[in-house]
Amino acid sequence: MNPLTTRFSAKKTLFSAVFFVTFLLLNNVANAQHEHDHATEPVAAMVEQSDSSIKTEAVAHDAHATGVEEKFNTSEVIMEHIADAHDWHLWGHTSIHLPVILYTNKGFEFFSSGKFDHGHATHQGSHYNYRIVKNPGEQKENIKVVDAAGNIDETATASVIDFSITKNIASLLLSVILLLVIFIGIANGYKKRGIGAPKGLGSWLEPIILFVRDDIARPNLGENYARFMPYLLTVFFFIWMNNVLGLVPFFPGGANVTGNIAVTMVLAVATFIITNLNGTKTYWSHVFTPHVPKWLYPLLIPVEIIGLFTKPFALMIRLFANITAGHILVLSLICLIFIFKSIAVAGVSVPFVVFISVIEMLVAFIQAFIFTILSAVYISMALEKPHHEGEHH
Amino acid sequence: MELVTPSIGLVVWSTLSFLILMFLLTKFAWKPITAALKEREESIEGALKQAEAAREQMQLLKNDNERLLNEARAERDRLLKEASEMKDQILAKAKNDAKSEGDKMIAAAKDAIEREKLNAMNELKSQVAILSIDMAEKVLRKQLADRGQQEAFVNENLKSISLN
Repeated sequence: MNPLTTRFSAKKTLFSAVFFVTFLLLNNVANAQHEHDHATEPVAAMVEQSDSSIKTEAVAHDAHATGVEEKFNTSEVIMEHIADAHDWHLWGHTSIHLPVILYTNKGFEFFSSGKFDHGHATHQGSHYNYRIVKNPGEQKENIKVVDAAGNIDETATASVIDFSITKNIASLLLSVILLLVIFIGIANGYKKRGIGAPKGLGSWLEPIILFVRDDIARPNLGENYARFMPYLLTVFFFIWMNNVLGLVPFFPGGANVTGNIAVTMVLAVATFIITNLNGTKTYWSHVFTPHVPKWLYPLLIPVEIIGLFTKPFALMIRLFANITAGHILVLSLICLIFIFKSIAVAGVSVPFVVFISVIEMLVAFIQAFIFTILSAVYISMALEKPHHEGEHH
Repeated sequence: MELVTPSIGLVVWSTLSFLILMFLLTKFAWKPITAALKEREESIEGALKQAEAAREQMQLLKNDNERLLNEARAERDRLLKEASEMKDQILAKAKNDAKSEGDKMIAAAKDAIEREKLNAMNELKSQVAILSIDMAEKVLRKQLADRGQQEAFVNENLKSISLN
C-alpha cells in the first residue's frame, strides 16, 4: 500500500474515533433541569448540597437572596472537586452521565450513571441493586450494593469491582485523543514537508520535543537515549497535557487526573519497571553487594532494596501532591467568597485565583519536566556501566 | 484517607490508555518526528560541512588563480623585456650597418676623388710641361734668330763645358 493511503486512512480512523467518543459522551448528557426534592433523605441532601456549590458568584448570590442558608462545608466542596466522580458535572444541574462498568462475582454490569439520578435513585442491575453512597467523612462517591429495602449490603459490595468510566478516566481518554491528534498531525507535517521548517503547532511543540531530547534524555542517558525517547516523550506530554487540562475550570478540563494517586502510581510504576528491566550487572551489584564491609550487609542491603521502591514512590507522591495542592489552593480561594457570603470578597480572591492559576501553568510544565527528568535519571542509574576499582564510594 | 488510595478501575484504565497512547504515539508520532529531526540535523550538518569544503575549494582555486595570474604576469614581463632587448639589438645592428656602409661609401668616394685629383694633376702637369716646352721653343726660336747671337751662345756654353 502506498504511504499516502496509509496516512490518510490513519487520520480518518483517528477522526472517526474522536467523533465516536464525543457522540458517546454527548448522547449521555441528560439535561436534568428537573426539580430536586430537598428533603428526601440525607444522602440526597448531601449530593444536593454539593450540587449547589457551583463556583459561580451568581448562584451564591441567588442562594443568599432567597435565604437558603445551608451550612457551607469548605473541605467537603474542595474534596468533592478533587475526587473522582461518576458524572461529569457541566453547569447547574447539567452533567454528562458517564458509563458505569461493574465487575461482580456474577458477571459484568453496564449502565449509565444517569440511572443513579445524582444519588437519588437506586439502579436495578441484572445481578444486584446499586446506589451511589457517600460515607460520612469521605468525599468520593462509591457504588454500593443495596437490598430491596435500601440497606447497604457490604459483603456483596466487597465483591464488586468498579471499572466505570469515571470523570478522571473520561478526561484521561480525552487527553489521550488530544495527544494522538496533535502529535500524529505534527508527524504528518514532517512527512509532508520533509526536513523543512515546522509549521503551526509543530513549530510550537518541536522545541519542546527537542527540549526533552537535548535537556532530559541526552544529558542523562548518553548514547542510549534513543531507546527511551518514546517513553520519556509520552510521559512528559501525557503529564503536561493532563496538568493543563486540570487547570481549565470548565467542561473539557476540570478533572484532577494527574492529581489522582492512581494515575501517578501507574506512571511511577512504568518508570520503576523500565528502570529495573534495564538494570545492568553493576546496578544490581550496588544493591546486593554494596561496597561496604561485609558485616554491614544485613543493614545496607535492605536499605538498598527499599531505595529501589522509594524512588518511584517519590515520583508518585510528588506529582500527586503538587497538582492536588494547586487545585486545593484555587478552590480554597474561590470558597472564600462562600465562606464570607459576600461578593466583595471576589474582588480579592479572583485576582488571587488568576495569579495562582498562572503559577499553576508553570507548575504544570515543571512537574511534567521533573517527572520526566527523574525518570531519565533513574533509568540512567540502572544503565550504569562497571567502573574501575577505587572509584567506588 | 481515600484521597491517597488508588482505585482499581482508575489504575486499570489509566494503565491501558497510557500503554495504548505510548504504542500509538511511538509508532505514528515519535518515530517519524525524531527521524525527521535527526534527518534535518544531519542535513544541516552536511550542508555546513559542504559549505566548509566549498570554501576550502574556493580558497584553493583562488590560490591557483593567483598563482596562474602571477605566472602570466611574469611571463608577460619577460616577453616585454625580451622584445625590448631585441628591439635595441636590431636598432643597434641597423645603426652599425648603416654606419659601416656609409663609411665605405665615403671611403670609396674619397678614393675616387683622390684618383680624379691625381689624374687632373698629371694632366695639368703634362699640359704645363707641353706649354713650357712650347714657350721655351718660342723663346729660343726668337733669341736664336740671327747668326751672331747663335755663335755667342754656343761659345758661351762651350766655355762652361770643360772637356775632360
